[in-house]
Amino acid sequence: MRRSVVVTGIGIVSALGEGIEAHLAAIAAGGHGPVKAEPLSGYPVHAVTPLEWDRQIPKKSDQRQMEAWQRLGCYAAGLALDAAGAKEDPALKGRMQLVVAAGGGERDFAVDGQILTGLREAADPGAYLNEHLLSDLRPTLFLAQLSNLAAGNIAIVHGVTGASRTFMGEESAGVEALRIAEARIAAGQVDIMLAGGSYNAERPDGPLIYELGGFVRRDGFAPVAERGDAVGEAGFILGSAGAFLVLESEEHAAARGAKALARIEPVVSVRTRREPGSVSQAFGEAWPKLGAARPDRVISGATGIAPITAEESAALDLLAPGATVSHLGDFIGHPMEASAPAAAAVAAGLVASGAARDVVATSVGHRRGEGLVRLTAPD
Amino acid sequence: MTATTDSQGRPLVAVTGIGLVTSLGQGRDENWAALTAGRSGIHRIQRFPIEGLRTSIAGTVDFVEAEPFCAPVLSERFAELAADEAVAQAGLGRKGDFPGALFVAVPPVELDWPQRREIAEASGQSGDVTYADLLAGARTGRFAAFHELFLFGTVADRLADRFGTVGVPISLSTACSSGATAIQLGVEAIRRGETEAALCIGTDGSVNPESLIRFSLLSALSTSSNDDPEGAVKPFAKNRDGFIMGEGAGALVLESAESARARGATILGYVLGAGEKGDGFHRTRSSPDGRPIIDAIRDAIADAGLAPDDIDYVNAHGTGTPENDKMEALGLMAVLGERMKSVPISSNKSMIGHTLTAAGAIEAALSLMTILNGRLPPTINYAVPDPAIPLDVVPNEARDAQVSTVLSNSFGFGGQNTCLVIAAEPR
Repeated sequence: MRRSVVVTGIGIVSALGEGIEAHLAAIAAGGHGPVKAEPLSGYPVHAVTPLEWDRQIPKKSDQRQMEAWQRLGCYAAGLALDAAGAKEDPALKGRMQLVVAAGGGERDFAVDGQILTGLREAADPGAYLNEHLLSDLRPTLFLAQLSNLAAGNIAIVHGVTGASRTFMGEESAGVEALRIAEARIAAGQVDIMLAGGSYNAERPDGPLIYELGGFVRRDGFAPVAERGDAVGEAGFILGSAGAFLVLESEEHAAARGAKALARIEPVVSVRTRREPGSVSQAFGEAWPKLGAARPDRVISGATGIAPITAEESAALDLLAPGATVSHLGDFIGHPMEASAPAAAAVAAGLVASGAARDVVATSVGHRRGEGLVRLTAPD
Repeated sequence: MTATTDSQGRPLVAVTGIGLVTSLGQGRDENWAALTAGRSGIHRIQRFPIEGLRTSIAGTVDFVEAEPFCAPVLSERFAELAADEAVAQAGLGRKGDFPGALFVAVPPVELDWPQRREIAEASGQSGDVTYADLLAGARTGRFAAFHELFLFGTVADRLADRFGTVGVPISLSTACSSGATAIQLGVEAIRRGETEAALCIGTDGSVNPESLIRFSLLSALSTSSNDDPEGAVKPFAKNRDGFIMGEGAGALVLESAESARARGATILGYVLGAGEKGDGFHRTRSSPDGRPIIDAIRDAIADAGLAPDDIDYVNAHGTGTPENDKMEALGLMAVLGERMKSVPISSNKSMIGHTLTAAGAIEAALSLMTILNGRLPPTINYAVPDPAIPLDVVPNEARDAQVSTVLSNSFGFGGQNTCLVIAAEPR
């Protein structure tokens, strides 16, 4: 028998600020989120609002041991725990499990640049590389980069030590993290989980992997839905964000007196071979599996990449004709692994605030990662 | 046995296919022969220059081609070979049409130095290179293949294509327990009734200069035996001084016992339980009281519906670092008690090195081989016993033994502790 799964805590930080209220207010106000040029690369980014790290990561030594993506994740996770009334309950956190969608951390771009410069003239490039990696890399950088250390840091800083799993794979990782969390709780395999992800866009090495494939927008802001189809115009603007949800079975929430902010339905993900029409087809296949979804709102994780962004819009016109569609990318940019968790967080917030009763968050990753997350009113 | 559910009423999870690649060879038989002969696969690194390195040996897999030669392609190739073997043994589905989910533990690899150099060169920058130059190189559009190659999700995506698995494949990392987590995810999916079968793989082909140096900078690697590669990894011995990186892949086909029996498949064993516990003590070190390790072991045994006395062999995490082996022994003694002194435990890593992301899957595969062959692979290089670890480590030579229930341990940086209970028969 499937158990009903509810959201009891929402934690989100991004260009729109800290906390779900700031996000709902900014999205309601319309327009778009702040964009600036990342100083070392010149690429546009939606930078995170300035945060007082001490408020969620009290120890400076912990802050120092983390890279920005880990700090963002830790911060958002702390907000979610606070909202769920779990922060001051060590026993609860000791059995709470984590699933984190993560990529890797930022590189030491100064060291990378120096080594690449030196390699050009090096008589023995192999020996040169060994020598400089050994002497120039900070020993702790490894831990600040390792994918599973976002989860590791949340365990250390917040004491969420049930167990953790880290999913990789860009946007798909965020969808699967939510899918597996919901499914495990629904099946009774675990009672309470903290699920989410984080991404730091404010670094010059961030866009490199995606620019190799021509998926990044190079100029300033344009709305996600109006980015054209030329390389450098169509594409995402990366955004810094951390987003976490506390998910638990409805009984578990009730037993500990936690308020259900929204109900999360089984998450639907679809694997398609990308070709014209495949996104529309994926949505057509996935939608019926959401149950009788008649959303008032859709929080779209669309990237702005052509033609998949237009395909998603067309599919939503058919599937959710009455719904207002907001492109989260207009406000917070594209936080890669964190994009589905961020969209789900906003969707849950809309339900919790009473602004909507049925909201679908979408993901159409830049290369893969189609998924739908439906949040509904808990009563 | 005809039970199709376990003592908790959940679908029983059977193993119907096993596949292996390590530095000792390709396939179950080659690996088993070498392991039970006490042979080491650790050797001097040939793949890249070793000048200046404090550790210049590894258990690289040098007999598999990869084009272009880089960690993700190598990891994909190992996974393919292991999964080919496992799927063929299981005889499940048609070729390229595996009727189940895919869970792959993949190393978190990023663009590597050869590619970074190519991109820098394409930028035309002749002065100091910065990421702005690399981005200019990227904008030439000449390196689109690198994008796909170095995405974290690509290895799993390509494997999903090759094997025709169902649904979105999951790429995961729990550091050095990743392979065990892949199996755990498969077990859970079958127990939920979400799928009747799962292909669970752990793979790692990431022995390259930067990966090695990163571990070296954390003082995790053995540095004492560059001239004696085969003697380098000394799990549980007093003179152990670190791990040696290894490569390879392990793959299991998991299937609900019910569907395996219905199609008349040969059941090789069962994954009866999986347990885990996080550790918030430190980024690389275990809680000094060993509590999280103890809890993970207990959780796995309880999940299997067994008692500590039911464990009759331990496939150790056994990396050969001073810290791991001490804490692992402490944890086992706490759970199994005095009896642990006579429960055999051995470390496959003494021979194949620490295969990192792949280790949990490779060692689960070898745990099954141990049961199937009734023979315990040894812990080699055990010359100087550590009085703090009074265990039967199956020193240096394989030994015949009837094994029905194995505990396979995996522990990793970031407070990851995952344990599996693998058995010949359900209880």
